[in-house]
Amino acid sequence: MLELRDIDAGYDGFQALFGVSMQVAAGEAVAVIGANGAGKTTLLRVISGLLPASAGEMNMESVSLRAIAPHRIVEAGIAHVPEGRRLFPRLSVESNLKMGAFAPAARARFAERLDYVYSLFPRLKERRAQLAGTMSGGEQQMCAIARALMSGPKLVLLDEPSMGLAPVIVHQVFDLVRRMRAEGYTVLVVEQNVSQVLKIVDRAYLLEVGRIKTSGPAAELLASDEIRKAYMGL
Amino acid sequence: MIRISRPALVGLALLGVLPFVIRLLFSGSEKYYLHLLIQILLWSFIYTGWSLMGRFGLTSLGHGAFTGIGAYATVLLWNFAGLTPWLGIPIGVAVAAIVALLVGYPCFRLRITGHYFALLTLALTEFVRLCIVGWRDYTGGSLGTQPKRYGDGISLYAMQFEPDRVLSYYIALALWLFGLYVWVRVDRSMDRYALDAASQDEDAAASVGIHVTRERLKVTALSAAMCALGGAVFAQYQMYIGPDTIAGLGVSLNIVFAVIAGGMWVLLGPTVGAVFTQVLSEGLRVTIQGSATLKAWFGSAAFALDTAIYGLLLVLFIIYMPRGILGTLIERRRRSDAVAARGSERTNASLAANGKRP
Repeated sequence: MLELRDIDAGYDGFQALFGVSMQVAAGEAVAVIGANGAGKTTLLRVISGLLPASAGEMNMESVSLRAIAPHRIVEAGIAHVPEGRRLFPRLSVESNLKMGAFAPAARARFAERLDYVYSLFPRLKERRAQLAGTMSGGEQQMCAIARALMSGPKLVLLDEPSMGLAPVIVHQVFDLVRRMRAEGYTVLVVEQNVSQVLKIVDRAYLLEVGRIKTSGPAAELLASDEIRKAYMGL
Repeated sequence: MIRISRPALVGLALLGVLPFVIRLLFSGSEKYYLHLLIQILLWSFIYTGWSLMGRFGLTSLGHGAFTGIGAYATVLLWNFAGLTPWLGIPIGVAVAAIVALLVGYPCFRLRITGHYFALLTLALTEFVRLCIVGWRDYTGGSLGTQPKRYGDGISLYAMQFEPDRVLSYYIALALWLFGLYVWVRVDRSMDRYALDAASQDEDAAASVGIHVTRERLKVTALSAAMCALGGAVFAQYQMYIGPDTIAGLGVSLNIVFAVIAGGMWVLLGPTVGAVFTQVLSEGLRVTIQGSATLKAWFGSAAFALDTAIYGLLLVLFIIYMPRGILGTLIERRRRSDAVAARGSERTNASLAANGKRP
């Protein structure tokens, strides 16, 4: 579904990604794991068009995504749940969801998708009129995911969904990811919480200082001594 | 379509008959009071135009340029090309919108918002003012100029109506209502949500598929166009344009101050701001002119007192009433309603707990 080939990207005078190649097949859940500063967030920003790649190829269902504005990428079926949730804090939950369906094609199906999202997350329906910024961290993450689903995506990018959440809430959030898969979404998740995320994905890529170090089935990586030592403190 | 509530209809009817009420009550100084009302309505329209973008965190100090472009384009085309304002105004409005797009595009692309946006637009205002002053053969320089009077000063063709104050009042009223209509249309559009979202978190807005630059450009062009239209009609009413009265930094700052004072986020906030600033400046002018003591203390500097008071008030408003006069009143009322509702719920609940029917 999504394919990246030899992607380079960076910020002014600083290169963050070096020749990154990866694939995500339809229906798969894939994780990108790595330490702080490995380039995980940059990678997602490149995919969703917030940061242009300086070299390489990027395709979604064989349509090139290079040099395409973020709003077009949303229309191509990719939704990004940014790091730190990034809700619109002074808009109500429902307005936040409304913004998720901003693209013209999504706008037409707003009511239908809103029902769907509320059926997935009844909690949000209870809180529909509340300002998004006043909810708990876990609820905000739920709202951020729901907002992403409002555009009717095929592929959902999740950036560090466990960030800043209490361990018990982290569990619930990963449960949400599992439910998204059950609903048929393809998921690409970026995480530092390596041991937890490897339990809910099929495959993973390990990113180290901007380069893919290794990749493979989640179970294999979970069992690998190197990863256990470096990222799980075992 | 927009539905109009009953209180609004009553208010409209009152505004409709206001000139005749004034004629009855103040027959001697009818012209003066009408003039005050017309000023309030015209400036309200301009302020409403500014608030279209101001409410989304796009604090422009460039709108004095747009009112100036509208006014000068219309008057110069009339005076030197003989072009009726019916064509001159659309041209002025279009030029203002184009200038707004030219300045806005790089700003929004490079994500210049907040302080830097304010400074950049401030430079635009100064640029336009310098052009007006420098091009003095046509514009009259810093002394300003007048549209050439056509016939007896009342003409549909030349869009001149100043001698008839009642007519001028209705023209200003119509313009003001048009401004409110535009505000409501924008307020109910998807663009408003998009702009609100972008002002809270630009990255998040882009990542949900909002074309932030385009949304901002749209509202900027609309806002500039409204201010240019307001400036042009203002010129036709005043029958005089000067860089200080309709173009330049003073105008920009007045706009910002009035809207902050009135309330940026509510429909009638800019109008309340216009009433407040007009009454304040007239009141100060009358007091200062009439007071021998003030003149004795400050000499001719007394005439600059109003500016000093303006500045002081602006600081106070920003600190204590960031929602403006009307915004604060509405907020307070909503809160007291909520408290009342909660209170009655509680009494109902306690009555029920005591086994009594409320």
